[in-house]
Amino acid sequence: MRNEKTTEEVALGIRRRVFEHAMRNNGGYLSQACSAAEQLAWLYNEELRLGEPTLPAIPAPFGGVPSADNPDYHTGAGYNGPAAPEYDRLFIAPAHYALVAYATLIETGRMAPEGLEMFNKDGSSVEMIGAEHSPGMEVHNGTLGIGLSTGAGLAWGRKRRGEPGRTWVFMSDGEVQEGQTWEAVQACAHHGIDNLFAIMDVNDQQCDGAMSSVMDVGDIAAKFRVFGAHCVEVDGHDLNAIREAAAEPHEGRPLIILARTSPFHTMSILEERFPRLHYVRFKSEDERARFNVSIAADLGVAPVDLSE
Amino acid sequence: MVEMVSRPYASAFEKFAAGNPDILCLSADLTSSCEIDGFRDRHPDQFVSMGMAEQNMMSFAGGLGLAGFRPFIHTFGVFMYRRPYDQLMASVAYPRRKVRLMGFLPGITTPGGMTHQSIEDIAVMRSIPNMSILETGDATEVESICEAADSIDGPVWCRVLRGSVPRLFDTPIRVGEMRVLSEGSDVLVVTAGITTEEAMRARSALSRAGLSIRHIHLHTIKPFDHAQLLDHIGSVRHGVITLENHVTEGGIGSLVAETMADAGVGKRLIRLGLKDTYAHGGSRAYLMRYYGLDALALVRGIETLTGQEFGITEDDLDHARVDDVHSLVKAEAL
Repeated sequence: MRNEKTTEEVALGIRRRVFEHAMRNNGGYLSQACSAAEQLAWLYNEELRLGEPTLPAIPAPFGGVPSADNPDYHTGAGYNGPAAPEYDRLFIAPAHYALVAYATLIETGRMAPEGLEMFNKDGSSVEMIGAEHSPGMEVHNGTLGIGLSTGAGLAWGRKRRGEPGRTWVFMSDGEVQEGQTWEAVQACAHHGIDNLFAIMDVNDQQCDGAMSSVMDVGDIAAKFRVFGAHCVEVDGHDLNAIREAAAEPHEGRPLIILARTSPFHTMSILEERFPRLHYVRFKSEDERARFNVSIAADLGVAPVDLSE
Repeated sequence: MVEMVSRPYASAFEKFAAGNPDILCLSADLTSSCEIDGFRDRHPDQFVSMGMAEQNMMSFAGGLGLAGFRPFIHTFGVFMYRRPYDQLMASVAYPRRKVRLMGFLPGITTPGGMTHQSIEDIAVMRSIPNMSILETGDATEVESICEAADSIDGPVWCRVLRGSVPRLFDTPIRVGEMRVLSEGSDVLVVTAGITTEEAMRARSALSRAGLSIRHIHLHTIKPFDHAQLLDHIGSVRHGVITLENHVTEGGIGSLVAETMADAGVGKRLIRLGLKDTYAHGGSRAYLMRYYGLDALALVRGIETLTGQEFGITEDDLDHARVDDVHSLVKAEAL
């Protein structure tokens, strides 16, 4: 299934799906598609070594939470293929990127388009904030800052077991405000965890607005380096730059790629809503219609028919 | 005279874990304080130092569980749930990772005061879905806590005693059961952890006073055998009294109260423990007396329950052990 499309095509497809979904539902996580589409497209379309999906293309309904009384419970990791020693694992640390992640699964043939129709519907496993049981997810990450630590533990364990597969964490820059992120990096450095890879969507945005206005985090590349990671900063919309960054040697340290991105890349009209871009809900039918026409033109598709 | 066992956890953990590659020993900078320094030195491959970073440690342990390991986390109990509660929920409890949370210095067994005393941990853990709870009350239970915890398919919270620990029992913890220490018919006494020894100290004086005590010791707090407890409650005339090294809200007193209310039992219940209060720093004996957690407090509670006065004083109770706060068996006082 891999490489039927170019990664550029996958990224465009992700944005088109998120756009269409946001239009139909009067809002959504549009800016995350703008900033992160290349990163997730690149991970799934070329970088990650994943097996064939083990779960149905059309996701099953919510099947209950983990419990001794729920022996059939499983996570959504099967959309990334089996957890075999040779395969990579991926955590989506900012779980509110789920809509973008689901669109990526569809664009890379791992989930049927019907899956997105179940997004945020009662009784569905395709939850708004990605849960363990949501497609492509393996752990809960809705509480920000725990993803890298979990990845570090898994990576340490896999290294101890001699598994060649890598552990990847897709992160967001807001997570560096959490102390746990730094605890995780220092633990990786102390224990030489170098089979852990992270790519962070550095879009300078958080729920309240621009990070510089909410809690400035300064030079995070320098911070990661002094805490003991190998950190590379790239233009997050430049696939060749991302590819080169991933190839950097980082023996004894985790690799953290800072993908500097724009939260309105390819959807220029979103800039009108700056700095409140976390979840864009249209304030009027007029605004919705203007965004529909503008973004559709940017993405080279027809506006979504909102008359349904 | 009660046999005292020195550092039972140290040898028990090493015996249990050494050579099992799936068992990992995690520590958050309290390695000698949790009696695993010898294990660290002799089995460095199974020891993972996590530093003073409990939030990362909890999620890291979740990741280790995902990789098929069974981490035993060692630190003071209080540091294992207050700061990293979010991580405990999301990375350990929800996904049912086989993480064994070995919480040292339960309740007022530390002179470290509020920041060191886990006085509401049982209430917290009882309310966490998927969590099991074990508590040690003597050296034999400390010696068997690792096997017991590791037999559970999911996360386990353990209250572990350290240092010089009395041997009260001769059989190991059997998860899900309770110990019946006496089978009297007047009053049911329910204890756990260090309060069991206190209740045993009061036994002969109460017997001399003509009172027939039924005494249950709980090492397994969750899961819990409600039916068996109800049988014992049905066997006594006056009612039930609980004594716990914990606040009286959410601990074993609440557990008994809920069991009685759910079954519509109309007998009286007196819950002894920390009464909606923090404790402060001091020796265990001082704190148990000051906060009403000792044998004399139990006697007074039983007097209230039965409406009788037995005239029992401290002199009538069995000899209390006096631990040296800074003794050699405790690597560090705090």
